[in-house]
Formats: sequence, structure tokens, C-alpha cells
Amino acid sequence: MAQSLVKEFTKGLWAEIPLFRLVLGLCPALAVTKTCENGIGMGVATTFVLLFSNILVSMLRNIIPSKVRIACYIVIIATFVTIVEFMMQAYTYELFLKLGIFIPLIVVNCVVLGRAEAFAGKNTVLPSAADGLGMGIGFTLALSSLGAVRELIGAGTLTVWGGTPIFTIGHGYIPFHFMVEAPGAFVGLGMMLCLMNLIGKK
Amino acid sequence: MGDLFVLSISCIFINNILLAQFLGNCPFLGTSKKMETAVGMGMAVIFVLVMAGMITWIVDVYLLKALDVEFLRTVSFILVIAALVQFVEMFLKKSIPGLYAGLGIFLPLITTNCAVMGVCLINIKEEYSFIEALVSSFSYAAGFGLALILFAGVRERVILARVPKPLQDTSIGLMTAGLIALTFTVFRGMV
Repeated sequence: MAQSLVKEFTKGLWAEIPLFRLVLGLCPALAVTKTCENGIGMGVATTFVLLFSNILVSMLRNIIPSKVRIACYIVIIATFVTIVEFMMQAYTYELFLKLGIFIPLIVVNCVVLGRAEAFAGKNTVLPSAADGLGMGIGFTLALSSLGAVRELIGAGTLTVWGGTPIFTIGHGYIPFHFMVEAPGAFVGLGMMLCLMNLIGKK
Repeated sequence: MGDLFVLSISCIFINNILLAQFLGNCPFLGTSKKMETAVGMGMAVIFVLVMAGMITWIVDVYLLKALDVEFLRTVSFILVIAALVQFVEMFLKKSIPGLYAGLGIFLPLITTNCAVMGVCLINIKEEYSFIEALVSSFSYAAGFGLALILFAGVRERVILARVPKPLQDTSIGLMTAGLIALTFTVFRGMV
């Protein structure tokens, strides 16, 4: 039992890491990864929604009629998104302003609905929670690493929390602004996918 | 009138929904391998987004704001969009089967297209009037279609080229999208 739980948890971290392997949830990945900090914030918010929507969906899976299940899942997800929105507004207001409309848009993030449909709707509560948490952490890792690469190259700094950079490349470095602009998001993610293919080809 | 024209241009080119705002990128990569599917998806998005933009604006102003329950915005918008897509699908199937055959498989996908939800939220956030919301919905959707069709055109050629193995498929697709986004940055500062 414990072993299978660990397996459900760890598959989201590498083997099925949502952004790179399944190429789902692209919109927040491209839009909010100007800095590492934004990536982490978005990832944590998505993890929260994934974990609790997975738990609730798997608890209700025998009650929800299969014909209207997608609509039910979306309502469950939207509820948790609203909770996250209020919590971020209350406790991390600056981050809330930076992420803007991308917080309510977690509702339409295909990773969340995808896990509800593919996993939580068919499994019991504990494995679903492990799956949600693993996928969420995998998503956070992907977003923060993309954010870190873009911020390092594009601005020459690295910010993890609170708005002040923890690391700055020396004065001689001229930031390559392209990477923090819109086109850099596409190219950056494309290069990371290429890297993943190089390392992880089975 | 002039303001509306400026708004329309800025929504189509400068703030292009796909390439500058990054909304709706999953269908952007998913349906752009063939020109036919790209055109179908573009049309379906224009159709649904204009209707969703109008309806969510009415819901927000006359229901949510009037009753002071704005915290229900996310839940109600997604329900409106999901219901709308379902209705549109049934309506087209019955009355315009030709159009349904063309858009059919793309319609269910639109529920989880963040471009639709995103534009509805932008309309509210920018406090547009009803006419402005209508123009911005249509222009954003037209910009979506434009970018998608441009991208599909390039991607059809990329398939014929010899691409290094690790770069194949999505990876090269994203880089191509990056180059198209780069060309769209020249529109900045136009308005």
C-alpha cells in the first residue's frame, strides 16, 4: 500500500511531469514564468487546487453521475480556485497582483481537469491525494525551473521569494531581454523540452 | 467609433491573445499541425468567444454586481461557458448541420480553452462597456484565428524539413511560435 502511494506520488515528479512530458498547462507556464518567484507562486497555487480537487472528486466519484461528471468536476475545481484566490489576496497580495487573471484561470488549466478525469474519478482517496500532490509538485518544479532560466538569462538575477533577488550575476553581464519578453517564453520552453528529450529518451 | 477601432487593432495585433498574453496555448499547439483543423478551431473560437463575451458581461453586471456576489465570478463564468458550448453544439447539430460538421469536434475542446475564459475576465477587469466588450471579444478571437492560421502555415512546412531528433514535434513547434511572437512584437507602440 505504502509502496504504491509512493509510486503515485513520484510519477508526477519525473516520469509523467505534467508540463514537459504531457505538454499540458502551457498557458500559465508561458505567461507567469518571467521570474522564478512567479513560477513558484503559480505552482503552489495549482498544487493546492490539484490536491484538494483530487481528494474531493475521488470522495464523490460514486455519487456523481458519469454523464455530467465533467461539469461536476469543473464546479469542484472552480470552488477551490476561488478559495486560493481569496487566500492569496489576503496573505500574498503582491504576488496576487503579479499573477493577475492567471489565478482564476487555474480553472481551465488542463492539468487539473486532466487528473480529475484520468485518475481521481477512478481511484480511492489516498492514491488520488498522492497523485494530486505529486503532479502539483512536478508542475511547480517545471514552472520554477523555466522561470529561473528565463530570469537568469533575461535579467541576470534569481528571485525565489519576497521580491528581492538572492543571486545576481556580476556587473559585466548584459541581460538578454529577449528571454523575459513574450517570444523568449516560447523559445525557452522549447529548449527545455529539447533538453528533457535528450536526457530522458527511453 | 475611432476608440473602438483602436481597441480592435490593439486586441488583434498588439495584445494578441496567443502570442502576447499566452492564453489558449494548448489548442494552439494541438490543432496547428494541419491547416484544416486550424481554420476549424479558429472559426469555433470566434463563434463561441463573441457569445461568451456578451453573456458573461450581462451576467457580471446584472447578476453578480447587482446581487453583490462577485466572489462567485469564477464559478459562474465557467458554468456559463460550459453551458453555452453545449447549447451551441446542440443548436448547430439541429439547424446548421454543415457548420456543425466543420466545427463539431472542436466545440467541446473550447470549454477548457483559457482564451475564452481569459477574455471574459479581461473584459470585466478593464471595465469595458457592453459595446467595447463585444468589440474586444471579437477582436481577440480574430487575433487568435490569425495567429493560429499563420502558425499552422509555417508548421506544415516545418514537417517537411529535417529537424534534429530531440527537437522534433512540440519542441520545434514552440520555437517556431517564438519566432512568430517575435514578428508580432513590431506592432508594439503602434497605438
